[in-house]
Amino acid sequence: MVRTFSAQLRPFAVPKPYRGVIDLVVLLGAAGLVWVVVRLWHGVTVPFDQTTAPSTVSTDPAELPYYAARSLLRMFAALALSVAFTLVYATAAARLRRAEKVLLPVLDILQSVPILGFLSVTITGFIALFPGSQLGLECASVFAIFTSQAWNMTFAFYQSLVSQPRDLDEASRLLRLSKWQRFWRVDVPSGMIPLVWNGMMSFGGGWFFLVASEALSVNNHSYALPGIGAYVASATANAELGRVLLAIGVMIVLVVGVNVLFWRPLTAWAERFRVEDSESAQAPRSLVLDLLRRSRIPRLLGRALGWLVTPIDRTMAVFGLAEHPLRISPMKRRVGDVLFTTAVLAAVAYGLSTMVTFIADTAGFAEVGHVLLLGLVTFGRVLVLVAVATVVWVPVGVWIGLNPRISRLAQPVVQVLASFPANFLFPLVTGVLVATGISLDWGGIVLMALGAQWYILFNVIAGASAIPNDLREAAANLRLPRILWWRKLILPAIFASYVTGGITAAGGAWNASIVAEVVSYGSTTLTATGLGAYIAQATGSGDAAHILIGVAVMSLYVVGLNRLFWRRLYAIAERRFSL
Amino acid sequence: MQDNLITVDKVGKSFDGRLVLDEITLELRAGEIVALLGRSGSGKSTLLRTIAGLIPPTRGAVRYRGRELNGANPGTAMVFQSFALMPWLTVQDNVELGLAAQGVPVAQRRERALAAIDLIGLDGFESAYPKELSGGMRQRVGFARALVLEPDVLLMDEPFSALDVLTAENLRTELMSLWAGQKFPTKAVCIVTHNIEEAVLLADRVIVLGANPGHLRAEVPVDLERPRDRKSPTFAALVDKLYDLLTGREPDRPEPVEATPTARPLPAVSVGGLAGLIEIVHARGGRVDLPDIAADLNFEIDDLLPLVDAATMLGLVEVTGGDLTLTAVGKDFTTADIQRSKELFAAQVRDRAPLVRTICRALAGADGHLRAGFFLDVLRRGFSAADAQQQLDIAVDWGRYGELFDYDAGTDQLTADPAARLVA
Repeated sequence: MVRTFSAQLRPFAVPKPYRGVIDLVVLLGAAGLVWVVVRLWHGVTVPFDQTTAPSTVSTDPAELPYYAARSLLRMFAALALSVAFTLVYATAAARLRRAEKVLLPVLDILQSVPILGFLSVTITGFIALFPGSQLGLECASVFAIFTSQAWNMTFAFYQSLVSQPRDLDEASRLLRLSKWQRFWRVDVPSGMIPLVWNGMMSFGGGWFFLVASEALSVNNHSYALPGIGAYVASATANAELGRVLLAIGVMIVLVVGVNVLFWRPLTAWAERFRVEDSESAQAPRSLVLDLLRRSRIPRLLGRALGWLVTPIDRTMAVFGLAEHPLRISPMKRRVGDVLFTTAVLAAVAYGLSTMVTFIADTAGFAEVGHVLLLGLVTFGRVLVLVAVATVVWVPVGVWIGLNPRISRLAQPVVQVLASFPANFLFPLVTGVLVATGISLDWGGIVLMALGAQWYILFNVIAGASAIPNDLREAAANLRLPRILWWRKLILPAIFASYVTGGITAAGGAWNASIVAEVVSYGSTTLTATGLGAYIAQATGSGDAAHILIGVAVMSLYVVGLNRLFWRRLYAIAERRFSL
Repeated sequence: MQDNLITVDKVGKSFDGRLVLDEITLELRAGEIVALLGRSGSGKSTLLRTIAGLIPPTRGAVRYRGRELNGANPGTAMVFQSFALMPWLTVQDNVELGLAAQGVPVAQRRERALAAIDLIGLDGFESAYPKELSGGMRQRVGFARALVLEPDVLLMDEPFSALDVLTAENLRTELMSLWAGQKFPTKAVCIVTHNIEEAVLLADRVIVLGANPGHLRAEVPVDLERPRDRKSPTFAALVDKLYDLLTGREPDRPEPVEATPTARPLPAVSVGGLAGLIEIVHARGGRVDLPDIAADLNFEIDDLLPLVDAATMLGLVEVTGGDLTLTAVGKDFTTADIQRSKELFAAQVRDRAPLVRTICRALAGADGHLRAGFFLDVLRRGFSAADAQQQLDIAVDWGRYGELFDYDAGTDQLTADPAARLVA
């Protein structure tokens, strides 16, 4: 009797016989998943010897499913790592006053460092960590994907922690929750929606780094991990266009499949953590989630695990209450602050001085000037890319966004395009460049744009579809001519979304330059002048000083542009054009 | 001698050097309901949160059973205006949360939660999520969650003000019959409210707080039989008395003509709302009883008092003993044509609204152009960042309506209207 109320709200009741079928499907799915993971794990731990390790993988199409599964396992390992990192790092930054002062700037810097430049360092480290096993290479690849996902997710979760509704915080303190209970019953649930959505976006971006990190030449040595990225690299080296196309097809299936089977259900499930009273108008729905909800197995599993909650709660209570003392001696606090600041400043000074002496002893500071010039060239490419993408995609995005029917169809397509690893398409474009003899100095822009442009389209669509209908009706009623309609309604209304798209596109383009300014097809290698090519070559030859200079200069450009240009646009958007 | 549960001893509280509570001393004793009554800005919610141990007092101390607090007050549970339920937990899990924190065994937890849910009239809703419930039912969950812990003192922060009138009345009545029937699992109740009738209806003692900074104005005992009858003359007399305390002039408060912008903040009202109030007073013969029009217009005191304050500040009405009387200027303002009434308004705000007067004088001395940021900096000495911005927004709104000056958001410039007389 008591339970009927919520039962009515479930999607729909399922007749008994079907329930058995659904349970069977869920059970088979789960068993299959476990079996696949166990089988793949055997491949991960195969013995590995640096000198005899293969530098290519077989391009036999029959191997492709296995490779795809291995790549997928890497992606999910990186995702799990990113989530764990996010929960710990963001919580520390949000809850520890002094730690916040260090953790946030560090995160800000990490976010703008070109990840691909660091592969040589991480690979050497991880191979040393797992001698004689391929696990080292696997870890390096997972780590590369992790570094592309984690910072975004951490920022999102940190934001949700510090902007937690005040009354929820007060209620949990008055209820005297322990730190452990507070984290799992309040903090994680209230940050679940940003965490899931950012995880989905970052996962999409991660494919790019998966592909880039599976087949590498660093420190004068080429490595290849069994995976779909290495498959494409090998097919490109052999100039087997058909197999590249086949891999592109498999990749599309992977991206769409992960979306349907993993992210859709997860985003739909996360809706229950929405704090606002009203349901969002277009809450995500998922067939897979409906299937799971109608099965009895997740519920049985939940009940079984539910017995663990109280004992764990009791054990973890040793961490104390989620409460801070009201009275702290200001003297003690001041002394702590001073000590902490001194320690941090000393560490930073030591790091900087080590870096300066290292550069002075090796490459010399003349090199820095040269690299700054190279950065200017790459900056020019980024500029052209953003400008052209703006001219092309803003009108298209507005058109799609203003037509609800088209945007319903186009939205998932664009989403797939945005998460499809652009470096998969590099061989196709490179092939054209080689055949036509166009210089990579110009062609590089196209390569960089393959991945970056979609962010602009994506955000403009979102911005245009959010323009209130009454504003559009008012504009129609005033019979605004086309030019005025653009200048007075559309452009101001989509400005904020456009800036978000632009900043993401530019950041993506900088990162992509490292793989886009040196490309090869068959036996031909094309090289462009630019910072990306500089970093790629330094990584290939394992030249630590040049890597350091290249990465530092690129970070400088990215951070500088964000501060001087994009942030100002953000400020204007917020002050003048917020709807 | 009554059992003394919580002592608030000369408590003062400042935020960024800005005083919001000044020298508050009071006691909460077993067996009584105490109402903290005040208008917005009187720091009543801040006071409740220091009693709850959620924020530390800057001066003085809060003691629970003689021990000074150093963290959330263990003898209290709170009911929030916004309910503050965890949206991802069912009703049952929300009610059990505090018991889980105390480490109560699962079976006993279930039993006690069901008892509280039953007591508060929620049975049947145990497995519902807060989202599926109406506001009134949600607040019942809030009460069940607090009562299941059987705290010594139940704290309530405007618990009925987010509910519609009928639901609020219903919930109040049920709570009071629980309290009167000795079924209430707490020893004392402290409720924060801005609703005068609610205070008289519920409390044994009403503590009236004044604003800017929050201070004790009066303590009014309510010796009426329960259940209380709103229509009884003693009830009405008490309501009138409290209205007078909340609207009447305080002896040490400066007149607007002499006050600085930080000593007399502008009330947060629009010119349209102000004109509406004056029109109503005029339509009713130039004199109205405040509790009457509040009831007629279905206004909460927090909505009505800023309008009254603004009208008094600008010299359009006068308040005496809970009555509003239209002044000669006020009569002109509401009967004149739009151009003339704008001129009247301009003269009144220029002379009597401290912040507008300050801006006008500064503009007159600076050939008509000034950065608005300059005034924000000055205001920040007396207000929080958000309040300073709000003060400036009100001044700009009034100044624009009176055609005294204009503001350009793009350049952050205040510009004097060339036709305006900035100094009287």
